[in-house]
Amino acid sequence: MQSGIFHSTYEKDMALRHTPAQKIRLALVIVVIFALPFWADNYYLTLANQILITIIGAIGLNILTGFTGQISLGQGGFMAVGAYTAGLIATRLGMPLWLSIPIASLVTAAVGGIFGIPSLRLKGLYLAIATLAAQEIIVWLVTHWDAVTGGVDALNVRNYLWFQGARMRFTEFQFYWIALALCVGTVFATVNLFRTRVGRAFVAIRDQDIAAEVMGIDLFRYKVLAFATSSFFVGMSGALIAHWRQIVTWERFTVDISILYLAMIIIGGLGSVSGAIYGAIFMTLLPAFLNSVGRSLGGVFPLMDNLIPFIQKAVFGLVIILFLVFEPEGIAKMWRNVKDYFRLWPFSY
Amino acid sequence: MTRAMEHNLNGSTLAPGDVQLIVQEVMLRFGGVTALAGVSLEVRQGQIFSIIGPNGAGKTSLLNCTSGLYRPQQGEILFSNHHQTTDLVHMPPYRIAKMGIARSFQNIELFKHMTVLDNIMAGCHVHMKTNILSGMLYWGAAQREEIAFRQFAEEIIDLLEIEAIRKQTVGSLSYGLQKRVELGRALAMKPALLLLDEPMAGMNSEEKEDMARFVLDVNEEHGVTIVLIEHDMGVVMDISDQVVVLDFGRKIGDGTPEEVRHNPEVVRAYLGEDLEQTELKSFSFSS
Ligand SMILES: Nc1ncnc2c1ncn2[C@@H]1O[C@H](COP(=O)(O)OP(=O)(O)O)[C@@H](O)[C@H]1O
Ligand SMILES: [Mg+2]
Repeated sequence: MQSGIFHSTYEKDMALRHTPAQKIRLALVIVVIFALPFWADNYYLTLANQILITIIGAIGLNILTGFTGQISLGQGGFMAVGAYTAGLIATRLGMPLWLSIPIASLVTAAVGGIFGIPSLRLKGLYLAIATLAAQEIIVWLVTHWDAVTGGVDALNVRNYLWFQGARMRFTEFQFYWIALALCVGTVFATVNLFRTRVGRAFVAIRDQDIAAEVMGIDLFRYKVLAFATSSFFVGMSGALIAHWRQIVTWERFTVDISILYLAMIIIGGLGSVSGAIYGAIFMTLLPAFLNSVGRSLGGVFPLMDNLIPFIQKAVFGLVIILFLVFEPEGIAKMWRNVKDYFRLWPFSY
Repeated sequence: MTRAMEHNLNGSTLAPGDVQLIVQEVMLRFGGVTALAGVSLEVRQGQIFSIIGPNGAGKTSLLNCTSGLYRPQQGEILFSNHHQTTDLVHMPPYRIAKMGIARSFQNIELFKHMTVLDNIMAGCHVHMKTNILSGMLYWGAAQREEIAFRQFAEEIIDLLEIEAIRKQTVGSLSYGLQKRVELGRALAMKPALLLLDEPMAGMNSEEKEDMARFVLDVNEEHGVTIVLIEHDMGVVMDISDQVVVLDFGRKIGDGTPEEVRHNPEVVRAYLGEDLEQTELKSFSFSS
């Protein structure tokens, strides 16, 4: 919490960044974002791309669960809708990806909106189960609708820059800029959403739905809208995965993914855009880090080779539990505490 | 001390004294419990209309029927605004809100993770237009609207003397301040009719005096009709134009404070003591 700042106009007071510290931090982030791809090798670029795509998906889920209070276990299913839609229209119709990604996002928004209809009647765990059903229905459809999706077989995705154009193969470096642009767009759109009318209505529904309705907010309409908006970004993230990996398989979109994303936004910080970003970075880097530790340990203790994957999973779980116990409000809160500490430093009393 | 407001808070198109709300033979049952047993009353534009009665008398239920949260089994609730009269029964709460009815709750129902300012801005929802796409762009009309309504919200903040806490999360505020913010959120709707369910309950006398002053301000300066549920007889008798007494879901008294005070049935059933002998706390409302 920053205090002691006063503004001469409401417009300035309503701007997103106020203090020099905030502006310096933002400048640093921008420098890192633009310098990173020139410095990083392919391994780190792949991780960076994965993080960017995951951020979009995590923000999508946070819009629905963190900001609007509607628990969803359908994340994996909605990502599948985005990935398969983009993959299919790109490959079968030869559509360029600057068109297939928005179309896939819109299709996912529509599907998400439809599966959001039960949210008028169902709350909390009951809604979670209903979205779990959505998850399972979507995966079932994907694996059984052979004629369209290819069933359980992997779908190979082609990337085009233009209709009937030459097939593209993006390097990790090239794809970084595509993912970055969409990620930055998602961040700005979401931050703006939650400082304006519709975003406030979403948060109002989360905090006190009856009062929200008595203030003139149509719960049904806004809950469905929250599902659709969330699914739009989740679908975008799925579509990006399809074009990035150039292969889509249903195993990447099971309920495990839904749970992983829920863990991500809880650890990062519910109801906060930066929370979704921290969560996505953390949950992408932690397994990668555990992997490389595991590999070097495997070299030292060859007998442990079989055990290492299990140890990795256990450590992953343990870290999540520790987070929930010691900072239930997530990394976003920890970061705020650090900032508050240094803002007053060295007079931190 | 407070600067004059640019905006008028009254959303009613009626002239003072016109009939605004007619509750007619409203019957509401919960299983075997009859919360309202055929209640009728009439509220006029510009009044402070108080509803009193012991706990469980059906006061909150009547407000809930009016704002669409409860659906009475029988009866009509007719509300007039914008040159038409509508039956509110069977209408969803969000549409009733759009017609100009705002309220506060007996047990504070604020958006508790939002700031005071955002709660009040959320109250402006029905008067704002920005849709999700222009909101995401926060550009042009969307930005202008935010700034304009921020100005309006600040006027309400000034009126209620909560400038110092505008950026605080409401969950962290004292009970008395939360009640004040809840009034602010309701005022942000520019209501034609404001329903207040025990706005002074649980307050100390200083807080009560402030709240009574705000209620009077809103009514006298802005002309907003107020239906008030309140237990503090001193306040009720002091500020009301009309008082209705409920007991076990029945209306047992209706009139000016003076008439109700002398109504033998009211004295017997509700007050259980000789009210005329009771010393009423006198309030001073400096403006
Ligand atoms: N949602 C409900 N479900 C069941 N009974 C209710 C409900 N709301 C109110 N009642 C009952 O209706 C009666 C009137 O309650 P209420 O309107 O809250 O009284 P008051 O506000 O005058 O204290 C009480 O007997 C109460 O138990
Ligand atoms: Mg009550």
